[in-house]
Amino acid sequence: MEVQRVGEVIEASTTEFVAQCYELYQLPPFGSLVKTRDSHTELYGVVYHATTTGLEPGRRPIARGKDEDSEEAIYQSNPQLSKLLRSEFSVLVVGYKDEKLHHYLPSKPARIHGFAYQCNPDDMREFSQSFDFLNILLNTRLPVPADELIAACLRQMSQVFEDPRTFLVAAGKELAILLSSELNQLKAILGRLRL
Amino acid sequence: MTQENSERLGIVVSGSLNKGVEVKLDSSASVEDMVVGRYVAIKGNKRRFFGMITDVTLGVTDPRLTLAPPDVSDPFIAEVLSGTSTYGTIHVSSQLTIGEDATSLLEGPQPVKTIPSHFSVVNLASERDIELVFGKEDKERFWIGNPLDMETRLCLNLPELVKRSNGIFGKSGTGKTFLTRILLIGMLQKSAAVNLVFDMHSEYGWEGSSEQGRKVKALKQLFPSKVAVFTLDEENSRRRKVSTDFVVRIGYDEIEPEDMILLRQTLNLTEPAIEAVYQMRRRFGKDWLLRTSELEDSEETRNLLKELNIHESTFQNLQRGLNTIRRLPFIAPQAPIKAVQHILEYLDRGINVVLEFGRYRDITSYILVANMLTRRIYAQYQERMEKAMGEDSIKPHPLVITIEEAHKFLNPEVASRTIFGTIAREMRKYNVTLLVIDQRPSGIDEEVMSQMGTKITCLLDNERDIDSVLAGVSGKNELKSVLAKLAAKQQALVFGHAVPMPVVFQPREWGSPDSYKSFALSGEADRNKQAEKDIEELWG
Repeated sequence: MEVQRVGEVIEASTTEFVAQCYELYQLPPFGSLVKTRDSHTELYGVVYHATTTGLEPGRRPIARGKDEDSEEAIYQSNPQLSKLLRSEFSVLVVGYKDEKLHHYLPSKPARIHGFAYQCNPDDMREFSQSFDFLNILLNTRLPVPADELIAACLRQMSQVFEDPRTFLVAAGKELAILLSSELNQLKAILGRLRL
Repeated sequence: MTQENSERLGIVVSGSLNKGVEVKLDSSASVEDMVVGRYVAIKGNKRRFFGMITDVTLGVTDPRLTLAPPDVSDPFIAEVLSGTSTYGTIHVSSQLTIGEDATSLLEGPQPVKTIPSHFSVVNLASERDIELVFGKEDKERFWIGNPLDMETRLCLNLPELVKRSNGIFGKSGTGKTFLTRILLIGMLQKSAAVNLVFDMHSEYGWEGSSEQGRKVKALKQLFPSKVAVFTLDEENSRRRKVSTDFVVRIGYDEIEPEDMILLRQTLNLTEPAIEAVYQMRRRFGKDWLLRTSELEDSEETRNLLKELNIHESTFQNLQRGLNTIRRLPFIAPQAPIKAVQHILEYLDRGINVVLEFGRYRDITSYILVANMLTRRIYAQYQERMEKAMGEDSIKPHPLVITIEEAHKFLNPEVASRTIFGTIAREMRKYNVTLLVIDQRPSGIDEEVMSQMGTKITCLLDNERDIDSVLAGVSGKNELKSVLAKLAAKQQALVFGHAVPMPVVFQPREWGSPDSYKSFALSGEADRNKQAEKDIEELWG
């Protein structure tokens, strides 16, 4: 299956990278698995945050729809808007693949202008063979609650399996071990995992 | 089931040699399937361990989970939590170990001196494990039943068993009688020992009945050539259509003062009255019973009592007791044939003797007859054994004497003075051992209990009974919980000399035509084997 290109890396660090979408609002889903290629390695990450803002940080968009009938009409009468706004998403790096797949941080961050791709079901199945990435998701301080991110990520991964429930139970058991002393967080995540 | 695919239960997480090991169950193993008394194998790094589940507990990783339980009505959450945040543990008391190298495999299972290392994998014991520990059915080992929840045959080494006195315990109605029948057949088939059974309720020799009122066969019906039924109550036996071999009668002159000691309680005799018996015996010789009971209230008697220094009330007490004995229908002034000699003749021919009591199942008759006969038979055995040792001649057949209501013979008050106490203590020196059947083991003298080789016990629920059965056994507390949780029927715990480790088992079926056939056949097979061997030796 052809991999879908969703953006281009515009900011990168060891633990995460930010990619900009080519089209406004063409964002990969929250919690989905994306990857970006280097010459030798493929970095895997989970989309944890997305924003749509003005191109210039100092200039905020202003309301324009007072005299328009619909939201669509705003964009039609202001065609420049799609060029003045941009959609970006932040990705938490959770592993990489050289000869084989590793569920820990790569030695180098992603490259700027590297293309970001949405992972296909085969990639996702391969990557979710191990739940070691859950530990990274749990232990990184993020602007979004880790519970939401983990639940969203696992829900999406489960969809590529024939029996999503079995996958979720296995993932849940891993979480139960990781969160043995954080009962409330565990409950919150499990509550969000229900299909 | 082979060793490889036997069910994995979990891993060892903690433990000590004294207290046994804790095993955390895998989430795939349900706590509800773990029953106390089941047999498990633990694969350590260097050796395998065998043990028994003695306790099952529930654990949580976080105590808050118990305070604010999660929504387990959701099957997803319940499934995730089971085995992770909430888990089951079993307590295993390990008993035996076997090394992996060739020499240890040859040596067979040894008692444990260490415990398996952390995270050793625990499996349910496979058939091969059971065979390794208890051995296969062969010419010495007898199939007595199946380990709990298993198809494997649990075998008991019977020649080893009869070397010591043994006990079968259990509350009334837990299957002691059935178990005893099975064991008696085992002895009859696989050991060189002969049995003398004092059959209080007439259920071992000929037809007995199960609790449902169904008729069940007994020894003589299955093995007519190897069992003789003696009876005290000819009429009763005839009515029950039992083919008896001999009617036992006891002469007054056969009763000795020693027989009276045991009867003290049941005849309500005082201690001075027992003393008086000895004096009477000295005075009147063999006819003491008849003559004492016939002493009339005369001047002559009073002088005699004065001379012997016996108080009148003591004498009256004694006379009342003796009259009770005289009223027993099987007591006659003169016995036509001495029962002891007759029993011995049968035993010498290797024929097992079951003595039925018929209607005389009151405890006085039972104690009197059992004690009297046993004392004389034991004396004969002792004499012969000593002779055999001195002259290097053939020793008599090992003899197993089976008694019921054993606490009447072996209670602390009389155990030191009766023949049964002596046999239990001296063990096999004179080739005579006991098979004790009782429902109140706490009534049996501690010293006697401690000398018993193998104990088989069905359900007991009185704390004192449990304590007395398990006295001196290692891992007593663990076994206690196993014993108290046995099913009310058809489950028993065997431990002691004849088994390498305690095991809970379900006795073989008894009562259906198939079961009789299987018992008869296993004997047949042995006989055929023996015949083949004889032929081989003869012509070989």
